[in-house]
Amino acid sequence: MPNATFHSVATSVAGWSRRMFLTASATSLAVPLFARTSRAEAMDPQTARAKDPRDPANLALTVNGRKHQLALDARTTLLDALRERLGLTGAKKGCDHGQCGACTVLIDGRRVLSCLTLALVAEGRAVTTIEGLAKPDGTLHPMQQAFIDQDAFQCGYCTPGQILSAVSCVEEGHAANDAEIREYMSGNLCRCAAYPNIVAAIKQTKHSMREG
Amino acid sequence: MRPFTYERVDSATAAIAAFGAGAVGAASERQYLAGGTTLIDLMKLDVMRPQTVIDINALDRTALGRVETNDQGLRLGALAHMSEVADHPVIKRDYPMIAQSLELAASPQIRNMATLGGNVLQRTRCPYFRDVSYAECNKRIPGSGCAALDGFNRSHAVLGVSDACIATYPGDFGQALIALDAMVELRGRNGDRKLPFGALHRPPGGNPEIETALLPGEIITGFAIAAAPWLRRSLYLKIRDRQSYEFALASAAIALDMGKNQIVQEVRIALGGVASVPWRARSAERALQGRRLNEQTARAAADTAFADANPHEHNLFKVGLGKRTLVRALLQAATMEL
Repeated sequence: MPNATFHSVATSVAGWSRRMFLTASATSLAVPLFARTSRAEAMDPQTARAKDPRDPANLALTVNGRKHQLALDARTTLLDALRERLGLTGAKKGCDHGQCGACTVLIDGRRVLSCLTLALVAEGRAVTTIEGLAKPDGTLHPMQQAFIDQDAFQCGYCTPGQILSAVSCVEEGHAANDAEIREYMSGNLCRCAAYPNIVAAIKQTKHSMREG
Repeated sequence: MRPFTYERVDSATAAIAAFGAGAVGAASERQYLAGGTTLIDLMKLDVMRPQTVIDINALDRTALGRVETNDQGLRLGALAHMSEVADHPVIKRDYPMIAQSLELAASPQIRNMATLGGNVLQRTRCPYFRDVSYAECNKRIPGSGCAALDGFNRSHAVLGVSDACIATYPGDFGQALIALDAMVELRGRNGDRKLPFGALHRPPGGNPEIETALLPGEIITGFAIAAAPWLRRSLYLKIRDRQSYEFALASAAIALDMGKNQIVQEVRIALGGVASVPWRARSAERALQGRRLNEQTARAAADTAFADANPHEHNLFKVGLGKRTLVRALLQAATMEL
C-alpha cells in the first residue's frame, strides 16, 4: 500500500472545515477528562492494561498519520473510538455486526471492519479512514473523484466504506473485470443500489491508481 | 457487551500462560481473540461472555503467521489470514480446493481480519443459538432444549445431528481440511500435540456445548497438508441463497486422482452446509474408488453420502440439493484441465 497517497487531516491547515474543527476540539478535550478519572495504581505496570474492567485502558491510536492518546473502556470498538472519541464520523455504523461494510477502514493498508475490531487491537497499527484519503491541499483521491464522476451514490451513507473498500479492491489486484469487482466489493452493501455506478467508478480509477 | 479485562501477548507461550493465570472460573470465561469476526459479534449479542480476552493478533508476526510450501506439502500457520492464503499463488495453483474454500467465504474485509485458526473454530449461525431471547439452546445453556428442532430449521444440518442439536457447522475451509486429511497442530500447557483435523470437531450427540477436542487454553498453531496426486484436480463448490457473501446451503470439496478412461484412482470428498461438523463423505469415496466417473456413478455416490440424512420440517430440500451439489462438483473436477 503506497502510504504516500494518504494524508493526515490533522496536518492540513488550509481548508479547515467546521467538522474538522469540532474533531480537533473533541480530541483535545477527551484525554485530560478521562486521565483524571483513571486509577493509575490499578494498572498492570508492564502492559498499562486495567486489571479491573471498570478502569479505562490507556492506548495510543494512530489514525491518518496522527497519534492520539486515549483512555477507553476495553469494550470500545475502533468504530466507536473513531466516531465518538476522535470525531472522525466518516466511518459509519450500519449493522454493527460485520455484515454491511459501512464501517470499513484500512489497518496497515488492509481493509477491515472497524465495528468488529476492538480499539485496543488497533493499537500500534496504522488506521486510515475516509478523512485521511484526500491530499492535504484538498485534492481528492482518484477513487473519491471517480465516485463523484460516476454518480456512484445516492444517500451516501455507505460511501466512505465503499470508497475505502474500492481502493483496496484495486490495490489487491481484484479489479480485473466487472464480475471480479462485484465479487470483491460484496462486503459493502448499498441500499440505494448504486452498484453499477460503483463498478464504473472502480473501472475509471484502476488505471490512474496504478500509474500513480 | 459485558465488561472484560484485556491482555495482549506476543507469543503462543505467553498466550497459554495468560490463559492459565486468568480469572478463576470456567475456561469459557477466558477467550483468545484473533480476527474477532466471530468473538466480538457474539459478545455484542451476549452469546459469548468472556471475563478475560487475550489478544493473540501479534502472533501473526511469528511462525504462527507463516505459510510454507514445499515438495512435502503445505504448512499453514494458524494466525495467517484467510485472504493471504486464498491469494497465495502456489496454493491457488497446486491446492485450488483450499484457495477456493477461503475465497468463497465471507467478505474481503472479513477475510483480511479472520485467521485460519479462528475460522475453523467459528460458531454456528443457528438463529436460536445467536439470539439469547430464546431460552432453549443446548449449545448455550446445556440441558435447556433445542428451539430449532420444531422451529424454523431451513438452514440446519441433515447429517451428524442429534436430538439435542441440529445446528450447521458454518465453515468452508474446514471441509477442505477434512477432505485432505490435514493435521492440526496444537500447543497447550502440556506441550505440543497433533490431531487429524477430522478429530478436532465433535458431533453434537448429547453434549452440543462441547464442540471441539481442544483442552482449556490450548491454541491451534497450524495446519499441515501432505502433498498428494489428487490435490491439483481439486475444487470447492458452494451453493447458497446469494452468489456472494453468504453461508453455504450445500457445498462439496472434491480432490480427484483420475486415471485413463475416467477411472477414479483416489477421491476425497467433504460436504459443507449440510452437517453439524466438517463432514467427510467416506462412503461416497468408496463408492467411486476404481470405478469410471460419470453422471450415473456420481449420483450413486451422492445417494450413499446422504443415506443417513435426518432432515427436519424445513430442510428436507438440503438432501436433494446436497446430492446435486456433490454430483456437479465431481463432474466439474473430472473435466478440470490441468
